[in-house]
Amino acid sequence: MSGFERHRRSGRVIATFSGFEADLLRSLASQMVELLRNERAEPAAPTGDTFDAMMAEFSGATTIPEDPVLARLFPTAYPDDEESAADFRRFTEGGLRDGKAAAAGAIIDTLEDAGLPPELTEDGLVIDVELTRGEAETWMRAFTDIRLALATRLGVEAGDEHYWHSLPDDDPRAQAHDIYEWVGYLQETVVEALTAG
Amino acid sequence: MGLVSAASPVEVEPTLTPDEITFLAKPWVTLVWDDPVNLMSYVSYVFQKYFGYDKAKAEKLMLEVHTEGKSVVSTGTREEMERDVQAMHEYGLWATMEKAS
Repeated sequence: MSGFERHRRSGRVIATFSGFEADLLRSLASQMVELLRNERAEPAAPTGDTFDAMMAEFSGATTIPEDPVLARLFPTAYPDDEESAADFRRFTEGGLRDGKAAAAGAIIDTLEDAGLPPELTEDGLVIDVELTRGEAETWMRAFTDIRLALATRLGVEAGDEHYWHSLPDDDPRAQAHDIYEWVGYLQETVVEALTAG
Repeated sequence: MGLVSAASPVEVEPTLTPDEITFLAKPWVTLVWDDPVNLMSYVSYVFQKYFGYDKAKAEKLMLEVHTEGKSVVSTGTREEMERDVQAMHEYGLWATMEKAS
């Protein structure tokens, strides 16, 4: 397992993944796209106020998403002002969702362009990824979203590494936490590569 | 009257950039809150990249988030702060805004 580094001559941010690693990243990115697209930003339920009800038909979500992952990805901007929070959400959440889905989609596209087949069957497949600075920043943001999603599902808290490492290896939560740490490692190396440049 | 006294040497606070020197009220702030997920290096990178802060300032704010639980990362008009909060959410940071106290 190795992370990203900055290629000295081209300035590109590069990494080499095994077929298994590339397939895993594609799966995580696909789940992110699905989560963002499937549970669409739902307009607020009509409140009985005719104008509000009518506006809700045309506009974005005004209430915090029920899924805790989405609630973390799209936090309330005004914690003490419900009306402003609803307005902010209406005007920003749709665009933020699209941006995050596009970033996850960029990971999928790059891996497939680099030779990851639709179904991983071949042993010993190696996927070389070469990113411009801009593309590397997109991956870095998508890694954040994936880590936030995994951490929210797992219930990760500050300073709980010991707990996760004490779980038996075959515990699915331990495996999910290993993946969370691996994506964190990848993200750290992207940040280092971008900072070095 | 009408005498103009020699200007006394007033020290301009050397840490201010021209953008930060203004007569206008800057009544809103963007807060970034600590979370157990985001990497310190990433948060510092975002502050440098998005706000254009130098490394020292970005790391100071990042450490404040980490140790105090939150930090004021920008100050400005309500519209400016809405843009900043939106950008922080784009980067996956937990940001809110409020009137400056």
